[in-house]
Amino acid sequence: MKLAMASAVMFIAGLWWSPVGNTAAQKLVLTGASTIAPLAGEIARRFESRHPGTRIDVQTGGSSRGINDVRNGTADIGMVSRDLKPEERGLRTHTIALDGVAVIVHASNPAVVLNRRQLIDIYTGKIVNWKEVGGVNSPITVVNKAEGRSTLELFLNYLNLKNSEVKPHVIIGDNSQGIKTVAGNRNAIGYVSIGAAAYEAKHGTPIKLLPLDGVAATVANVRNGTFPLSRPLNLVTRAVPGGLAREFIDFARSMEVHDLVEAQYFVPVTVD
Amino acid sequence: MTWSKPNISFPSPSIDALFLWLLRIASGIAAGLVLLILFFLLAESSSLLRDIQPVRFVTDPSWQPTERAYNLAPMLSGTLYAAGGALLLATPLGIASALFVAYYAPPQVAGIYRRLVELLAGVPSVVYGFWGLTTLVPLINQLHPPGASLLAGILVLTLMILPTIALTAHAALLAVPDEYLRGAAALGMSRWGIIRGVALPTARMGITAGVILAAGRAIGETMAVLMVTGNVVQHASSVYDPVRTLAANIALEMPYAVSDHRAALFVSGLALMVLVITLWSAAARLGRSWHGTS
Repeated sequence: MKLAMASAVMFIAGLWWSPVGNTAAQKLVLTGASTIAPLAGEIARRFESRHPGTRIDVQTGGSSRGINDVRNGTADIGMVSRDLKPEERGLRTHTIALDGVAVIVHASNPAVVLNRRQLIDIYTGKIVNWKEVGGVNSPITVVNKAEGRSTLELFLNYLNLKNSEVKPHVIIGDNSQGIKTVAGNRNAIGYVSIGAAAYEAKHGTPIKLLPLDGVAATVANVRNGTFPLSRPLNLVTRAVPGGLAREFIDFARSMEVHDLVEAQYFVPVTVD
Repeated sequence: MTWSKPNISFPSPSIDALFLWLLRIASGIAAGLVLLILFFLLAESSSLLRDIQPVRFVTDPSWQPTERAYNLAPMLSGTLYAAGGALLLATPLGIASALFVAYYAPPQVAGIYRRLVELLAGVPSVVYGFWGLTTLVPLINQLHPPGASLLAGILVLTLMILPTIALTAHAALLAVPDEYLRGAAALGMSRWGIIRGVALPTARMGITAGVILAAGRAIGETMAVLMVTGNVVQHASSVYDPVRTLAANIALEMPYAVSDHRAALFVSGLALMVLVITLWSAAARLGRSWHGTS
């Protein structure tokens, strides 16, 4: 009882005091794409250690949230893992890296090459067994992303499909859930960020990245622009950034964070 | 520490009055919070509710909020199937476990067993979800693909609500007056006869309360269900079909939803709230009628 009282008092006191603590230090809030958030977090940590007294708060929640929050001023910088749509123009974008979307299957799946037509047929339910595309005789588990995710938009765009035409068996949220789902099911097919997939595949998760249009799903092919399903990872601001926001964006686009970008299997962009 | 010790022999009436007011205020806040949540849900979903006819939430061809189709019915059925299935499994198991601890197990075994059940109650739901995703789903997949299914959801939910039912049922059985049991034994009734004829009927209210509590948890449980049920929006025709629950729908799409899509998710939250209120009032009526007969 006494412990509960004490913690309640501390909680309420915390509510009162924390805003004061925040205004004392310089603070920057980033919200948006779950693909960018881990990278932004790493960059923020390095930035904070070089600029004592600053605090960078990174929150995930998807590209659309990033755009919304920047528009209504809740966040200083939004993270958007795609190109801006026509109705979103007017915001300033600052590309910090490039990423691709890779189609993944279980590592034991012998079907190694799928063309665009076959992918469309699998995702619309016209091909329902792996043996129809040169695999073993077992039903295909189609893994799709939840509505509103930019990976989904990019993938549908590439296959020229509407989401209502897709016949999924499993719908997933973020990249890691997608990778776990495919790793746990020998007959599943899904698509996730190349960065996340390459990282997991290298660390022993039984998944395999399929080539698209004959181009291998590698970071190198995203870098040289030949991989068909790639996207920019952007920081967006409402106006031309100034002060701390400008410093942070410049830092995120500088040589000083290239090792962090590459560690997450993204492609750094060079700014001159 | 003597200053904090209340004087039991001379209770001060003024402290009682003060405490009564404190309790009144606190319970008022608690009740107000529920109303506030309802009001908030209505306010957030009002933009869409004004825009389209409510009947569309059950008649639209599918749930494709970005293509302006908002059918919630498959998710309502998914929620009821998952929660109902889990209750069907967990209630007999929970009551059996409580009877075992209360009347059959030797004291040492009962103590250890009870600790284990309490431990089960303390495991965070994502842990169950992660276990389900990495162990249970691949297992079901071998039986009947795709694995992520209503069945996986029911099994994970059963594990999660089992301790709630077992512990509340045990507490209710412990509250059965000792005289009843000894009286029944003196009449020469067998152990099972005493349990069936005396203990269970007396503890019925407490056991029912535990089941209702568990039902509430099963309906609202989100993360674990989200990880194992596959989340495809459809009416399940067998336990191997993937389903999406109302709570999972909100967790899955809310971070990425804007404008009408967002409002539609608040409508799905409202539907969940209405479901819980309906369940609660039905349980209250049931409880009253039982109380009347006994």
